[in-house]
Amino acid sequence: MKVSIEINGTTVSEEVEDRTLLVHFVREQAGLTATNIGCDTTSCGACTVLLDGESVKSCTVLAAQADGHSVTTLEGLHGEDGDLHPVQRAFREEHGLQCGFCTPGMIMASVSLLDHNPKPTRQEVRAGLEGNLCRCTGYHNIVNAVMNASGQEVQR
Amino acid sequence: MSIVGTRVVRIEDQQLITQGGTYVEDLRVEALTGAVHAMFVRSPIAHARIASIDTSAALEAPGVVAVYTAADIDLAPHKAGPVVEPWLADGVVRYVGEPVALVLTEERYQLADAAELVDIDYDPLDVVASIDSALSDETVLFEDQGTNVLQTTGGEFDDKSFDDCEVVVTQTILNQRVAPAPLEVRGAACAWGEDGRLTLWLSTQNAQISRSTVAKGLGVESKDVRVITPDVGGGFGAKIGSDPEAVVLGWASKRSGRPVRWVETRSENLVSMTHGRAQQNRVTIGGRRDGTVLAFRLEVVQDAGAYPRTMFLPTLTELMGTGVYHFPKVETSSRAVVTNTTPIAAYRGAGRPEATAAIERAMDLFAAEIGMDPAEVRRVNFIRPEEFPYSSPTGATYDTGEYAKALDKVLEAGGYADLRAEQARRREAGDPVALGLGIAAYVEITGGDSGGESGRLLINPDGSVTAYTGSSPHGQGLDTTLTMLLSDQLGVPMDKITIRHGDTDEVPKAIGTFGSRSLQLGGSALRQAADQVIEQARALAADRLEASPDDIELSEGAFQVRGAPTSGSVTWAQLAEQAELTADVWFGDGAPTFPFGAHLAVVEVDTLTGKVELKRIIACDDAGPIVNPLAFQGQRHGGLGQGAAQALLEVMNYDADGNPTTATLADYSFITATELPDFELVDSETPTTRNLLGVKGIGEAATIGSTPAVHNAVVDALSHLGVRHLDMPTTPLRVWQALTDARKAN
Ligand code: FES
Ligand code: FES
Repeated sequence: MKVSIEINGTTVSEEVEDRTLLVHFVREQAGLTATNIGCDTTSCGACTVLLDGESVKSCTVLAAQADGHSVTTLEGLHGEDGDLHPVQRAFREEHGLQCGFCTPGMIMASVSLLDHNPKPTRQEVRAGLEGNLCRCTGYHNIVNAVMNASGQEVQR
Repeated sequence: MSIVGTRVVRIEDQQLITQGGTYVEDLRVEALTGAVHAMFVRSPIAHARIASIDTSAALEAPGVVAVYTAADIDLAPHKAGPVVEPWLADGVVRYVGEPVALVLTEERYQLADAAELVDIDYDPLDVVASIDSALSDETVLFEDQGTNVLQTTGGEFDDKSFDDCEVVVTQTILNQRVAPAPLEVRGAACAWGEDGRLTLWLSTQNAQISRSTVAKGLGVESKDVRVITPDVGGGFGAKIGSDPEAVVLGWASKRSGRPVRWVETRSENLVSMTHGRAQQNRVTIGGRRDGTVLAFRLEVVQDAGAYPRTMFLPTLTELMGTGVYHFPKVETSSRAVVTNTTPIAAYRGAGRPEATAAIERAMDLFAAEIGMDPAEVRRVNFIRPEEFPYSSPTGATYDTGEYAKALDKVLEAGGYADLRAEQARRREAGDPVALGLGIAAYVEITGGDSGGESGRLLINPDGSVTAYTGSSPHGQGLDTTLTMLLSDQLGVPMDKITIRHGDTDEVPKAIGTFGSRSLQLGGSALRQAADQVIEQARALAADRLEASPDDIELSEGAFQVRGAPTSGSVTWAQLAEQAELTADVWFGDGAPTFPFGAHLAVVEVDTLTGKVELKRIIACDDAGPIVNPLAFQGQRHGGLGQGAAQALLEVMNYDADGNPTTATLADYSFITATELPDFELVDSETPTTRNLLGVKGIGEAATIGSTPAVHNAVVDALSHLGVRHLDMPTTPLRVWQALTDARKAN
């Protein structure tokens, strides 16, 4: 089937199998490889992207379901001039990543979290990121990154 | 001012937060054009004879390029310990997840369809699914061995060892099997060039060891294999070298004449990447009622899984068995057994967390028996500062340590006395939510592999620096740390320094990243290389400035005559234009270092439901001087999280038939942000004399201390209700069961 999805402002139209997952469409058809795959049970959140502005696990959405909709991935978050999104900047400042594999999903989930709750408490950040797994950081600095991005105090 | 010791944001991150990393699956290099996709067909059954394999239907499936089985593979078999591990299962399968066939297809989505059509008939055999059943030898897995016990050390125990003791406590402690589960699963891509060389991109911690094992497996020379590590999404010891799959992929690429790409699924990863821990440890501890321990015995049984790939784990547990204590009488033994489960190998700490978990539980058991505070019992038995270097009875020589200081620091930072008072208050009031305090004091061995590391440095004609390291980071931030060190030493700005690693053509000789060795050995190697380059530059500068080399000093990236700044100076660029400034060194013989620390965990346990909540964890992890506090803290955070997860949640479970019951991330209790608290870190720096930087490793330390601290805290919370010990993970069901049993017993 033919699927057209606006990804980071550019429409990508491709013929794909019906069963093609959104995450594969983004990675293979659109050639945007920041979005990662960490599991096969919708458990890890490494594949999180924004679909019409809401965070979704793109391994659990068919490309067909996103047909005609818009998707934002990590690559679409910062300005063309390299201006970082506040969440990207905060992840770097707070050392919110180590191996970086969970990071694209983690950043997208954080963007969505702050969209809904611009001044979360640390506990709210933890609860909001429960669907995103990280094996490296112990989450402490990820929570700091979200707090920093929301203009609140961090705990170093 | 020196940049070393200051909080420098990582240079790795800009790419990772804007474009993501380039992990194996992201590679779009030309050599992989037209690559086929690979999937292993894995055994769904723990122990069986393979009656037949029919690949004909799979070969007919859309897009299938080839289906290979053991019958096709013409490579010499390889050894796992004393037994042979086939490349693909040959006649018998020995664990769920063992590779039986390999399918190659044109498109990724065709893989699973084709794999399903490989028709394999299994005749089930008796299964050995636990350590106890392995030890019974009722079913022997490798007949020619005659037993399931494939390695034994020590065990000549003295009947009288505990005769002088007023109190003796014995306990079997299970260190459960866990899955390393790096967020990036295993993956590889490979292609044979026209020159007859194999290029293998591999998600590994160690390109050079991988190169050697893959070349050996393929029966070619090392120089005919080039391994490149792209970004690696976590390793935790399970990606130290290459797994047999890498050899099979290299072989399949040659046989099919096509480049090959492979990325396993998470479910596959959980059953076929090596697991960690899996020890059953029996401790006997005896001493006087004043808290002095007089004798300690540790009997280790390692479940090695179906193929004993890594036999050093139980002996490393013995080596570190006495931890931070000076015990007059010590006896250890170990056995490694095979079972019908996934092979066991290194996992963050590899043998040392098991040792620490055993001794730290033992100290608490002893303390409970004599009715003394666990902190006090530890203080009585610590190795004292004046005893260093300390030769342990198990054969380790500790460099430096301040064990009592580390413990005092965390107890003070945590408010230990107040916490104990609060605990007493709750107990008095019959509060159903019990407070538990857990202490662990630990010593860890890093870089304990008796081998050094390579470092090569080059000053480019424009004055920029390229450094090649044998270390191979995968999230540790080593690029930033090494850049800081070199910038400081050479006086060259950080953005003019490039660190390269993980390509065997660029760095042919190396040992790599594991055992928390990178900074102490890899960092020292680059320090030494830089020293040599500075010497070369000084000689050149002396010539140009018409002075003696002894009078030449390096200051802010330029060489000048000491005490005579007006006589002019020369820059790195000027000297590098004139002559080659380069050094290639191998640092050290790998004399290990011994980081140490103490952790205090605070938990709340709901005694009605068994639910455990980790409220606080306060950690002192001393690994000598800190180069970049940001990376240093990050390593501790990660270690604390992973270690606490083992105590609280994580376990890789098998049923009696050897079926894994936690084989997806929906079942395997990977810890999330909601189950961990904010970490409270306490600083301490005790240098070592065993390398040029005075540093010890930090990659695994916090994992080692946190598991027993949290474990002890849970038991402590329940102690007033009659619970003396319970095994990890301390899940609600297990806690509830322990409470129910204790109530019945009372
Ligand atoms: S890959 Fe989508 S949740 Fe894990
Ligand atoms: S940074 Fe490695 S998984 Fe999160």
